Amino acid sequence: MSKVHVKICVGTTCFVMGASELQDLEKFLPDDLKDKVEISGAACLGLCRDENYGEAPFVTVDGEPLSNATVNAIVDKIREKL
Amino acid sequence: MATANDANKVRRGLLIKLIKEYRKGTLRETIDRIPYQMRPKNDESSRCCIYKDRAVLKYRLMAMLGIGVETETDESKPLSEYYDDAEKREKPDSDILSVLDVACSHCITSRYLVTNACRGCFARPCTFNCPKNAIKVIDGQARIDYNLCIDCGKCTQVCPFHAIIRVPVPCEEACPVNAIRRDEKTDRQYIDFEACTSCGKCMTACPFGAILERSQIIDILNAIKAGKDVVAMVAPAIVGQFAGSLGQIASALKKAGFAKMVEVALGAEMTTEHEVKDFIDRMNDDGTLMTTSCCPAYVETVKRHVPEMLPFVSGAKTPMQYTAETVKQETPNAITVFIGPCVAKRKEASEDNNTDYVMTFEELGAMFAAYEIDVAGEPAIKLEHDVKGYARGFATSCGVSAAILEEMKKLHPEMDIPELKGNFINGLDKKAVKQLKLYAQGKLPGNFLEVMACEGGCVGGPCAIGQVRLATQAVKKLAEEPPK
Repeated sequence: MSKVHVKICVGTTCFVMGASELQDLEKFLPDDLKDKVEISGAACLGLCRDENYGEAPFVTVDGEPLSNATVNAIVDKIREKL
Repeated sequence: MATANDANKVRRGLLIKLIKEYRKGTLRETIDRIPYQMRPKNDESSRCCIYKDRAVLKYRLMAMLGIGVETETDESKPLSEYYDDAEKREKPDSDILSVLDVACSHCITSRYLVTNACRGCFARPCTFNCPKNAIKVIDGQARIDYNLCIDCGKCTQVCPFHAIIRVPVPCEEACPVNAIRRDEKTDRQYIDFEACTSCGKCMTACPFGAILERSQIIDILNAIKAGKDVVAMVAPAIVGQFAGSLGQIASALKKAGFAKMVEVALGAEMTTEHEVKDFIDRMNDDGTLMTTSCCPAYVETVKRHVPEMLPFVSGAKTPMQYTAETVKQETPNAITVFIGPCVAKRKEASEDNNTDYVMTFEELGAMFAAYEIDVAGEPAIKLEHDVKGYARGFATSCGVSAAILEEMKKLHPEMDIPELKGNFINGLDKKAVKQLKLYAQGKLPGNFLEVMACEGGCVGGPCAIGQVRLATQAVKKLAEEPPK
Protein backbone atom coordinates (compact mmCIF):
# COMPACT_ATOMS: atom_id res chain seq x y z
CA MET A 1 0.00 0.00 0.00
CA SER A 2 1.35 3.38 -0.88
CA LYS A 3 1.88 5.86 1.90
CA VAL A 4 0.25 9.23 2.41
CA HIS A 5 2.82 11.98 1.89
CA VAL A 6 2.75 14.90 4.28
CA LYS A 7 4.97 17.84 3.46
CA ILE A 8 5.44 20.45 6.15
CA CYS A 9 6.40 23.86 4.82
CA VAL A 10 9.37 25.18 6.78
CA GLY A 11 9.53 28.48 4.94
CA THR A 12 10.03 31.34 7.36
CA THR A 13 6.39 32.48 7.53
CA CYS A 14 5.09 28.98 8.21
CA PHE A 15 7.90 28.36 10.68
CA VAL A 16 7.03 31.49 12.65
CA MET A 17 3.31 30.71 12.59
CA GLY A 18 3.72 27.25 14.10
CA ALA A 19 5.43 24.88 11.65
CA SER A 20 8.42 24.68 13.98
CA GLU A 21 6.21 22.69 16.35
CA LEU A 22 4.64 20.66 13.52
CA GLN A 23 8.09 19.22 12.84
CA ASP A 24 7.29 16.86 15.70
CA LEU A 25 4.22 15.54 13.87
CA GLU A 26 5.56 12.01 13.75
CA LYS A 27 5.51 11.80 17.55
CA PHE A 28 1.84 12.82 17.70
CA LEU A 29 0.53 10.46 15.03
CA PRO A 30 -1.91 7.83 16.32
CA ASP A 31 -0.35 4.36 16.35
CA ASP A 32 -2.50 3.03 13.53
CA LEU A 33 -1.22 5.74 11.18
CA LYS A 34 2.47 5.58 12.01
CA ASP A 35 3.49 3.21 9.18
CA LYS A 36 1.08 4.69 6.66
CA VAL A 37 2.47 8.19 6.52
CA GLU A 38 5.65 9.67 5.16
CA ILE A 39 6.57 13.07 6.56
CA SER A 40 9.07 15.48 5.07
CA GLY A 41 9.95 19.13 5.36
CA ALA A 42 9.46 21.34 2.32
CA ALA A 43 11.07 24.58 1.27
CA CYS A 44 8.67 27.54 1.11
CA LEU A 45 5.64 26.38 -0.90
CA GLY A 46 4.78 29.99 -1.70
CA LEU A 47 1.21 29.58 -0.44
CA CYS A 48 1.61 32.36 2.14
CA ARG A 49 1.83 34.91 -0.66
CA ASP A 50 -1.46 33.88 -2.20
CA GLU A 51 -4.47 35.15 -0.31
CA ASN A 52 -6.70 32.43 -1.78
CA TYR A 53 -5.05 29.84 0.39
CA GLY A 54 -5.80 31.07 3.90
CA GLU A 55 -3.25 31.42 6.67
CA ALA A 56 0.11 29.87 7.55
CA PRO A 57 1.28 27.32 8.57
CA PHE A 58 0.75 25.26 5.43
CA VAL A 59 1.24 21.58 4.81
CA THR A 60 0.31 19.43 1.87
CA VAL A 61 -1.25 16.02 2.30
CA ASP A 62 -0.79 13.98 -0.89
CA GLY A 63 -0.36 17.28 -2.69
CA GLU A 64 -3.49 18.91 -1.30
CA PRO A 65 -2.69 22.15 0.55
CA LEU A 66 -3.99 22.58 4.08
CA SER A 67 -3.91 26.03 5.67
CA ASN A 68 -3.84 26.88 9.38
CA ALA A 69 -2.43 23.42 9.88
CA THR A 70 -2.55 21.77 13.29
CA VAL A 71 -1.70 18.22 14.27
CA ASN A 72 -5.41 17.34 14.51
CA ALA A 73 -6.29 18.86 11.15
CA ILE A 74 -3.43 16.99 9.49
CA VAL A 75 -4.48 13.68 11.06
CA ASP A 76 -8.07 14.21 9.84
CA LYS A 77 -6.81 14.92 6.34
CA ILE A 78 -4.61 11.81 6.37
CA ARG A 79 -7.60 9.67 7.31
CA GLU A 80 -9.56 11.19 4.45
CA LYS A 81 -6.84 10.11 2.05
CA LEU A 82 -6.56 6.54 3.29
CA MET B 1 9.76 28.23 25.74
CA ALA B 2 6.95 29.09 23.39
CA THR B 3 4.85 26.15 22.33
CA ALA B 4 2.23 26.28 19.61
CA ASN B 5 -0.95 27.81 20.93
CA ASP B 6 -3.53 30.34 19.90
CA ALA B 7 -2.14 33.17 22.01
CA ASN B 8 1.24 32.86 20.27
CA LYS B 9 -0.37 32.65 16.85
CA VAL B 10 -2.49 35.74 17.38
CA ARG B 11 0.50 37.69 18.70
CA ARG B 12 2.71 36.68 15.81
CA GLY B 13 0.00 37.34 13.24
CA LEU B 14 -0.51 40.79 14.72
CA LEU B 15 3.21 41.55 14.64
CA ILE B 16 3.41 40.56 10.98
CA LYS B 17 0.48 42.86 10.13
CA LEU B 18 2.01 45.75 12.07
CA ILE B 19 5.37 45.43 10.34
CA LYS B 20 3.76 45.05 6.90
CA GLU B 21 1.82 48.29 7.39
CA TYR B 22 4.91 50.07 8.69
CA ARG B 23 6.83 48.97 5.64
CA LYS B 24 4.15 50.29 3.31
CA GLY B 25 4.25 53.56 5.24
CA THR B 26 0.58 53.22 6.13
CA LEU B 27 0.77 52.12 9.75
CA ARG B 28 -0.39 55.41 11.21
CA GLU B 29 -3.56 55.45 9.09
CA THR B 30 -4.37 51.77 9.43
CA ILE B 31 -3.34 50.82 12.94
CA ASP B 32 -6.72 51.65 14.49
CA ARG B 33 -8.41 49.40 11.94
CA ILE B 34 -6.28 46.32 12.64
CA PRO B 35 -8.38 45.06 15.59
CA TYR B 36 -11.49 45.31 13.37
CA GLN B 37 -9.79 43.49 10.50
CA MET B 38 -8.70 40.70 12.80
CA ARG B 39 -12.12 40.42 14.45
CA PRO B 40 -14.69 41.50 11.86
CA LYS B 41 -18.42 41.64 12.55
CA ASN B 42 -20.07 38.21 12.84
CA ASP B 43 -16.66 36.57 13.30
CA GLU B 44 -16.14 33.98 16.00
CA SER B 45 -14.70 35.40 19.20
CA SER B 46 -11.93 33.92 21.34
CA ARG B 47 -13.18 35.60 24.49
CA CYS B 48 -16.73 36.55 25.48
CA CYS B 49 -17.39 38.63 22.35
CA ILE B 50 -15.60 40.26 19.44
CA TYR B 51 -15.73 43.63 21.24
CA LYS B 52 -13.56 42.33 24.03
CA ASP B 53 -11.28 40.62 21.51
CA ARG B 54 -10.85 43.95 19.74
CA ALA B 55 -10.10 45.75 23.01
CA VAL B 56 -7.42 43.18 23.83
CA LEU B 57 -5.95 43.49 20.33
CA LYS B 58 -5.78 47.25 20.74
CA TYR B 59 -3.75 46.91 23.93
CA ARG B 60 -1.52 44.30 22.34
CA LEU B 61 -0.75 46.74 19.54
CA MET B 62 -0.04 49.40 22.14
CA ALA B 63 2.57 47.12 23.75
CA MET B 64 4.00 46.37 20.30
CA LEU B 65 4.41 50.11 19.86
CA GLY B 66 6.48 49.92 23.03
CA ILE B 67 3.97 51.62 25.29
CA GLY B 68 3.05 50.25 28.71
CA VAL B 69 -0.69 49.58 28.84
CA GLU B 70 -0.81 50.74 32.43
CA THR B 71 0.21 54.24 31.34
CA GLU B 72 -3.17 54.72 29.66
CA THR B 73 -5.02 57.70 31.06
CA ASP B 74 -7.46 58.33 28.23
CA GLU B 75 -9.28 55.21 27.10
CA SER B 76 -10.44 56.83 23.88
CA LYS B 77 -6.93 57.76 22.75
CA PRO B 78 -6.48 56.10 19.33
CA LEU B 79 -3.53 53.90 18.47
CA SER B 80 -2.45 56.40 15.82
CA GLU B 81 -1.64 58.87 18.61
CA TYR B 82 0.29 56.21 20.50
CA TYR B 83 2.15 55.63 17.27
CA ASP B 84 3.10 59.32 17.26
CA ASP B 85 4.37 58.94 20.84
CA ALA B 86 6.44 55.94 19.76
CA GLU B 87 7.90 57.91 16.85
CA LYS B 88 8.93 60.74 19.17
CA ARG B 89 10.60 58.80 21.97
CA GLU B 90 14.37 58.65 22.07
CA LYS B 91 14.79 55.66 24.35
CA PRO B 92 12.59 52.65 24.99
CA ASP B 93 11.06 52.09 28.43
CA SER B 94 13.11 50.25 31.04
CA ASP B 95 10.05 48.59 32.59
CA ILE B 96 9.36 45.71 30.30
CA LEU B 97 6.39 43.60 31.27
CA SER B 98 2.79 44.67 31.86
CA VAL B 99 -0.33 42.89 32.99
CA LEU B 100 -3.21 43.51 30.62
CA ASP B 101 -6.13 43.64 32.98
CA VAL B 102 -8.80 43.32 30.26
CA ALA B 103 -7.27 40.05 29.13
CA CYS B 104 -6.54 38.73 32.65
CA SER B 105 -9.04 36.11 33.74
CA HIS B 106 -8.52 36.90 37.45
CA CYS B 107 -7.88 33.24 38.13
CA ILE B 108 -9.30 31.98 41.42
CA THR B 109 -6.75 32.43 44.15
CA SER B 110 -7.97 29.52 46.26
CA ARG B 111 -5.81 26.71 45.13
CA TYR B 112 -7.82 23.61 46.00
CA LEU B 113 -10.97 22.54 44.26
CA VAL B 114 -13.33 19.59 44.77
CA THR B 115 -14.16 18.20 41.33
CA ASN B 116 -17.26 16.22 40.41
CA ALA B 117 -15.23 13.05 40.79
CA CYS B 118 -16.10 13.36 44.50
CA ARG B 119 -18.52 10.58 45.44
CA GLY B 120 -19.34 11.84 48.91
CA CYS B 121 -17.88 8.65 50.36
CA PHE B 122 -18.58 7.16 53.75
CA ALA B 123 -15.07 7.41 55.17
CA ARG B 124 -14.67 11.10 54.23
CA PRO B 125 -10.94 11.38 54.93
CA CYS B 126 -10.94 14.95 53.58
CA THR B 127 -13.16 16.22 56.38
CA PHE B 128 -11.17 14.38 59.04
CA ASN B 129 -7.76 15.43 57.85
CA CYS B 130 -8.50 19.07 57.22
CA PRO B 131 -6.74 20.95 60.03
CA LYS B 132 -9.19 23.85 59.80
CA ASN B 133 -12.45 21.98 59.48
CA ALA B 134 -12.95 23.71 56.19
CA ILE B 135 -14.53 20.76 54.36
CA LYS B 136 -18.14 19.68 54.80
CA VAL B 137 -20.16 17.22 52.76
CA ILE B 138 -23.30 18.89 51.45
CA ASP B 139 -25.74 17.12 49.11
CA GLY B 140 -23.35 14.20 48.72
CA GLN B 141 -20.37 16.34 47.67
CA ALA B 142 -17.44 17.66 49.65
CA ARG B 143 -17.35 21.47 49.75
CA ILE B 144 -14.44 23.65 50.77
CA ASP B 145 -15.21 26.75 52.80
CA TYR B 146 -12.66 29.14 51.34
CA ASN B 147 -12.91 31.45 54.33
CA LEU B 148 -11.37 28.71 56.43
CA CYS B 149 -9.09 26.95 53.89
CA ILE B 150 -5.38 27.63 54.39
CA ASP B 151 -4.23 25.98 51.15
CA CYS B 152 -2.35 23.21 52.96
CA GLY B 153 -3.33 20.55 50.43
CA LYS B 154 -3.89 17.70 52.95
CA CYS B 155 -7.28 16.93 51.39
CA THR B 156 -5.73 16.24 47.97
CA GLN B 157 -3.36 13.74 49.53
CA VAL B 158 -6.02 11.74 51.35
CA CYS B 159 -8.88 11.60 48.81
CA PRO B 160 -9.08 8.01 47.51
CA PHE B 161 -10.61 9.25 44.23
CA HIS B 162 -8.07 12.05 43.62
CA ALA B 163 -11.18 14.17 43.39
CA ILE B 164 -9.61 17.27 44.95
CA ILE B 165 -7.15 19.05 42.73
CA ARG B 166 -4.79 21.93 43.05
CA VAL B 167 -5.62 24.73 40.65
CA PRO B 168 -2.70 27.12 40.26
CA VAL B 169 -2.67 30.73 39.18
CA PRO B 170 -0.34 30.08 36.23
CA CYS B 171 1.56 33.37 36.28
CA GLU B 172 2.12 33.21 40.04
CA GLU B 173 3.20 29.62 39.84
CA ALA B 174 5.66 30.35 37.04
CA CYS B 175 7.26 33.38 38.70
CA PRO B 176 10.40 32.21 40.53
CA VAL B 177 10.44 35.23 42.83
CA ASN B 178 6.76 35.96 43.60
CA ALA B 179 6.85 39.25 41.74
CA ILE B 180 3.41 38.87 40.20
CA ARG B 181 0.58 39.09 42.68
CA ARG B 182 -3.03 40.02 43.27
CA ASP B 183 -3.71 43.47 44.64
CA GLU B 184 -6.27 42.74 47.34
CA LYS B 185 -7.85 46.19 47.15
CA THR B 186 -8.47 46.22 43.41
CA ASP B 187 -8.48 42.43 42.91
CA ARG B 188 -6.14 42.93 40.01
CA GLN B 189 -2.98 41.10 39.11
CA TYR B 190 0.10 43.32 39.12
CA ILE B 191 3.86 43.06 38.70
CA ASP B 192 6.06 44.34 41.49
CA PHE B 193 8.90 45.85 39.47
CA GLU B 194 11.19 45.95 42.53
CA ALA B 195 11.03 42.16 42.65
CA CYS B 196 10.61 41.37 38.93
CA THR B 197 13.67 39.93 37.19
CA SER B 198 12.13 40.27 33.70
CA CYS B 199 12.59 36.56 33.05
CA GLY B 200 9.35 36.42 31.07
CA LYS B 201 8.11 33.16 32.58
CA CYS B 202 4.73 34.70 33.48
CA MET B 203 4.26 35.74 29.87
CA THR B 204 4.71 32.19 28.61
CA ALA B 205 2.65 30.72 31.45
CA CYS B 206 -0.50 32.87 31.15
CA PRO B 207 -3.07 30.97 29.05
CA PHE B 208 -5.00 34.20 28.48
CA GLY B 209 -2.03 36.00 26.97
CA ALA B 210 -2.49 38.72 29.55
CA ILE B 211 1.18 39.53 30.13
CA LEU B 212 2.64 41.82 27.51
CA GLU B 213 6.17 42.90 26.83
CA ARG B 214 6.96 46.29 25.43
CA SER B 215 8.45 45.92 22.01
CA GLN B 216 11.15 48.12 20.49
CA ILE B 217 10.30 47.10 16.95
CA ILE B 218 9.18 50.60 15.91
CA ASP B 219 12.44 52.11 17.16
CA ILE B 220 14.41 49.51 15.19
CA LEU B 221 12.35 49.93 12.01
CA ASN B 222 12.75 53.71 12.31
CA ALA B 223 16.53 53.40 12.58
CA ILE B 224 16.64 51.17 9.50
CA LYS B 225 14.34 53.51 7.59
CA ALA B 226 16.54 56.48 8.49
CA GLY B 227 19.40 54.68 6.75
CA LYS B 228 21.49 54.20 9.89
CA ASP B 229 24.07 51.42 10.23
CA VAL B 230 21.88 49.02 12.13
CA VAL B 231 23.92 46.00 13.21
CA ALA B 232 22.12 42.76 14.06
CA MET B 233 23.89 41.05 16.96
CA VAL B 234 22.39 37.58 16.94
CA ALA B 235 22.43 35.41 20.04
CA PRO B 236 23.94 31.92 19.69
CA ALA B 237 20.43 30.47 20.09
CA ILE B 238 19.53 31.73 16.62
CA VAL B 239 20.68 28.45 15.12
CA GLY B 240 17.58 26.27 14.99
CA GLN B 241 15.17 29.23 15.06
CA PHE B 242 14.85 29.31 11.29
CA ALA B 243 15.24 26.59 8.71
CA GLY B 244 18.53 27.79 7.20
CA SER B 245 22.21 28.22 8.01
CA LEU B 246 23.93 31.11 9.80
CA GLY B 247 25.16 32.40 6.43
CA GLN B 248 21.61 32.39 5.11
CA ILE B 249 20.33 34.18 8.20
CA ALA B 250 23.04 36.81 7.66
CA SER B 251 21.83 37.27 4.11
CA ALA B 252 18.16 37.49 5.19
CA LEU B 253 19.08 40.16 7.77
CA LYS B 254 20.81 42.23 5.11
CA LYS B 255 17.78 41.95 2.89
CA ALA B 256 15.64 43.18 5.78
CA GLY B 257 17.78 46.32 5.99
CA PHE B 258 20.38 45.53 8.63
CA ALA B 259 23.89 46.69 7.76
CA LYS B 260 25.35 43.36 8.81
CA MET B 261 25.07 40.44 11.17
CA VAL B 262 27.50 39.85 14.00
CA GLU B 263 27.34 36.69 16.09
CA VAL B 264 27.09 37.30 19.82
CA ALA B 265 29.15 34.10 20.06
CA LEU B 266 32.03 36.48 19.35
CA GLY B 267 31.37 38.07 22.74
CA ALA B 268 30.82 34.64 24.25
CA GLU B 269 34.45 33.85 23.46
CA MET B 270 35.51 36.90 25.44
CA THR B 271 33.13 36.02 28.28
CA THR B 272 34.66 32.54 28.42
CA GLU B 273 38.22 33.88 28.49
CA HIS B 274 37.35 36.34 31.27
CA GLU B 275 35.45 33.74 33.26
CA VAL B 276 38.35 31.30 33.07
CA LYS B 277 40.78 33.95 34.29
CA ASP B 278 38.34 35.03 36.98
CA PHE B 279 37.88 31.42 38.11
CA ILE B 280 41.61 30.72 38.30
CA ASP B 281 42.23 33.95 40.24
CA ARG B 282 39.44 33.26 42.67
CA MET B 283 40.46 29.66 43.33
CA ASN B 284 44.13 30.62 43.80
CA ASP B 285 42.88 33.28 46.18
CA ASP B 286 41.02 30.87 48.50
CA GLY B 287 37.77 31.39 46.68
CA THR B 288 35.06 28.84 47.25
CA LEU B 289 32.62 29.34 44.42
CA MET B 290 32.13 31.19 41.17
CA THR B 291 28.92 31.38 39.18
CA THR B 292 28.33 32.42 35.58
CA SER B 293 27.18 35.94 34.79
CA CYS B 294 25.77 35.69 31.27
CA CYS B 295 22.09 35.12 32.06
CA PRO B 296 20.50 38.50 32.88
CA ALA B 297 17.44 36.99 34.59
CA TYR B 298 19.77 35.07 36.89
CA VAL B 299 21.89 38.13 37.70
CA GLU B 300 18.74 40.17 38.42
CA THR B 301 17.53 37.34 40.69
CA VAL B 302 20.77 37.55 42.63
CA LYS B 303 20.67 41.35 42.90
CA ARG B 304 17.08 41.45 44.04
CA HIS B 305 16.59 38.23 46.00
CA VAL B 306 19.88 36.50 46.86
CA PRO B 307 22.32 39.40 47.46
CA GLU B 308 24.59 37.11 49.48
CA MET B 309 25.39 35.40 46.15
CA LEU B 310 26.61 38.62 44.51
CA PRO B 311 30.29 38.22 45.50
CA PHE B 312 30.34 34.83 43.79
CA VAL B 313 29.02 36.00 40.42
CA SER B 314 31.80 36.29 37.87
CA GLY B 315 32.88 39.78 36.96
CA ALA B 316 32.95 38.86 33.26
CA LYS B 317 30.64 40.90 31.10
CA THR B 318 27.96 39.12 29.12
CA PRO B 319 28.47 38.02 25.51
CA MET B 320 26.03 40.74 24.44
CA GLN B 321 28.05 43.46 26.20
CA TYR B 322 31.39 42.38 24.73
CA THR B 323 29.87 42.05 21.28
CA ALA B 324 28.23 45.48 21.44
CA GLU B 325 31.48 46.99 22.71
CA THR B 326 33.38 45.48 19.77
CA VAL B 327 30.82 46.68 17.24
CA LYS B 328 30.84 50.23 18.64
CA GLN B 329 34.64 50.29 18.59
CA GLU B 330 34.70 49.21 14.96
CA THR B 331 31.78 51.41 13.87
CA PRO B 332 31.07 54.19 16.37
CA ASN B 333 27.93 55.29 14.53
CA ALA B 334 26.40 51.84 14.48
CA ILE B 335 23.01 51.22 16.04
CA THR B 336 23.36 47.90 17.84
CA VAL B 337 20.39 45.55 18.06
CA PHE B 338 20.64 42.41 20.15
CA ILE B 339 18.44 39.68 18.64
CA GLY B 340 17.60 36.82 20.95
CA PRO B 341 14.98 34.68 22.69
CA CYS B 342 15.14 36.67 25.91
CA VAL B 343 12.94 39.19 27.71
CA ALA B 344 15.49 39.99 30.41
CA LYS B 345 18.01 41.18 27.83
CA ARG B 346 15.77 44.24 27.37
CA LYS B 347 16.50 45.13 30.96
CA GLU B 348 20.21 44.42 30.60
CA ALA B 349 20.39 46.46 27.40
CA SER B 350 18.65 49.42 29.04
CA GLU B 351 21.65 49.56 31.40
CA ASP B 352 24.31 48.94 28.74
CA ASN B 353 25.45 52.01 26.80
CA ASN B 354 26.66 49.98 23.84
CA THR B 355 23.46 48.05 23.14
CA ASP B 356 20.81 50.29 21.66
CA TYR B 357 17.87 47.97 21.13
CA VAL B 358 16.68 44.44 21.72
CA MET B 359 14.61 42.41 19.30
CA THR B 360 13.20 38.96 19.96
CA PHE B 361 13.40 35.97 17.63
CA GLU B 362 9.65 36.15 17.40
CA GLU B 363 9.85 39.74 16.20
CA LEU B 364 12.60 38.93 13.74
CA GLY B 365 10.55 36.02 12.41
CA ALA B 366 7.56 38.35 12.01
CA MET B 367 9.79 40.87 10.23
CA PHE B 368 11.03 38.24 7.77
CA ALA B 369 7.44 37.09 7.18
CA ALA B 370 6.24 40.67 6.64
CA TYR B 371 9.07 41.34 4.20
CA GLU B 372 8.43 37.98 2.50
CA ILE B 373 12.00 36.88 3.13
CA ASP B 374 12.44 33.12 3.23
CA VAL B 375 15.65 32.35 5.10
CA ALA B 376 16.18 28.95 3.51
CA GLY B 377 15.82 30.51 0.06
CA GLU B 378 18.65 33.00 0.65
CA PRO B 379 22.21 32.47 -0.59
CA ALA B 380 24.61 31.87 2.30
CA ILE B 381 27.08 34.72 2.72
CA LYS B 382 30.48 34.37 4.29
CA LEU B 383 30.53 35.33 7.96
CA GLU B 384 32.77 38.24 8.84
CA HIS B 385 34.21 36.85 12.07
CA ASP B 386 35.59 33.43 12.87
CA VAL B 387 34.02 32.15 16.02
CA LYS B 388 35.04 29.18 18.13
CA GLY B 389 32.54 26.33 18.23
CA TYR B 390 32.22 26.33 22.01
CA ALA B 391 31.10 29.95 21.98
CA ARG B 392 28.19 28.98 19.76
CA GLY B 393 27.25 26.37 22.35
CA PHE B 394 26.44 29.04 24.99
CA ALA B 395 22.74 28.81 24.17
CA THR B 396 22.10 25.41 25.71
CA SER B 397 22.17 24.32 29.31
CA CYS B 398 25.72 23.24 30.26
CA GLY B 399 27.02 25.03 27.16
CA VAL B 400 28.83 27.66 29.21
CA SER B 401 30.40 25.00 31.43
CA ALA B 402 31.57 23.14 28.33
CA ALA B 403 33.11 26.34 26.93
CA ILE B 404 34.97 27.05 30.17
CA LEU B 405 36.37 23.51 30.34
CA GLU B 406 37.47 23.74 26.71
CA GLU B 407 39.24 27.05 27.26
CA MET B 408 40.93 25.70 30.39
CA LYS B 409 42.25 22.70 28.51
CA LYS B 410 44.03 25.11 26.22
CA LEU B 411 45.88 26.76 29.10
CA HIS B 412 46.97 23.45 30.57
CA PRO B 413 49.72 22.25 31.12
CA GLU B 414 51.67 25.54 30.87
CA MET B 415 49.64 26.87 33.74
CA ASP B 416 48.59 25.34 37.02
CA ILE B 417 44.81 25.14 36.76
CA PRO B 418 42.64 24.51 39.77
CA GLU B 419 40.18 21.66 39.34
CA LEU B 420 36.71 22.73 38.26
CA LYS B 421 33.96 20.98 40.16
CA GLY B 422 30.96 22.06 38.16
CA ASN B 423 27.27 22.15 38.90
CA PHE B 424 24.43 23.70 37.03
CA ILE B 425 20.92 25.04 37.46
CA ASN B 426 18.88 24.38 34.34
CA GLY B 427 15.88 26.68 34.72
CA LEU B 428 15.15 29.01 37.62
CA ASP B 429 12.03 28.20 39.58
CA LYS B 430 11.07 28.80 43.21
CA LYS B 431 13.01 25.75 44.34
CA ALA B 432 16.13 26.76 42.44
CA VAL B 433 16.07 30.20 44.08
CA LYS B 434 16.19 28.44 47.46
CA GLN B 435 19.07 26.34 46.14
CA LEU B 436 20.94 29.51 45.21
CA LYS B 437 20.74 30.62 48.84
CA LEU B 438 22.29 27.34 49.93
CA TYR B 439 25.05 27.67 47.34
CA ALA B 440 25.82 31.15 48.64
CA GLN B 441 26.13 29.75 52.16
CA GLY B 442 28.55 27.10 50.93
CA LYS B 443 26.16 24.31 51.84
CA LEU B 444 26.18 22.67 48.42
CA PRO B 445 29.16 21.03 46.75
CA GLY B 446 31.21 22.30 43.80
CA ASN B 447 33.23 25.41 43.07
CA PHE B 448 31.59 26.42 39.82
CA LEU B 449 27.91 26.96 39.11
CA GLU B 450 26.30 27.62 35.76
CA VAL B 451 22.85 29.18 36.02
CA MET B 452 20.37 29.54 33.20
CA ALA B 453 16.97 31.01 34.01
CA CYS B 454 15.26 29.18 31.16
CA GLU B 455 14.95 25.43 31.07
CA GLY B 456 17.23 24.04 28.39
CA GLY B 457 19.17 27.33 28.26
CA CYS B 458 18.51 30.23 25.88
CA VAL B 459 16.98 27.89 23.27
CA GLY B 460 14.13 27.52 25.77
CA GLY B 461 13.71 31.29 26.09
CA PRO B 462 10.26 32.90 26.21
CA CYS B 463 10.57 34.54 22.78
CA ALA B 464 12.08 31.62 20.89
CA ILE B 465 10.22 30.22 17.90
CA GLY B 466 12.16 27.04 17.19
CA GLN B 467 11.09 23.78 18.76
CA VAL B 468 13.36 23.35 21.80
CA ARG B 469 14.54 19.80 21.17
CA LEU B 470 15.43 20.45 17.55
CA ALA B 471 16.96 23.86 18.33
CA THR B 472 19.15 22.25 21.00
CA GLN B 473 20.34 19.65 18.50
CA ALA B 474 21.12 22.36 15.96
CA VAL B 475 23.12 24.46 18.44
CA LYS B 476 25.09 21.47 19.70
CA LYS B 477 25.85 20.29 16.19
CA LEU B 478 27.26 23.67 15.21
CA ALA B 479 29.21 23.95 18.47
CA GLU B 480 30.93 20.64 17.74
CA GLU B 481 31.78 21.49 14.15
CA PRO B 482 35.53 21.75 13.67
CA PRO B 483 36.73 25.32 13.01
CA LYS B 484 37.15 26.17 9.34
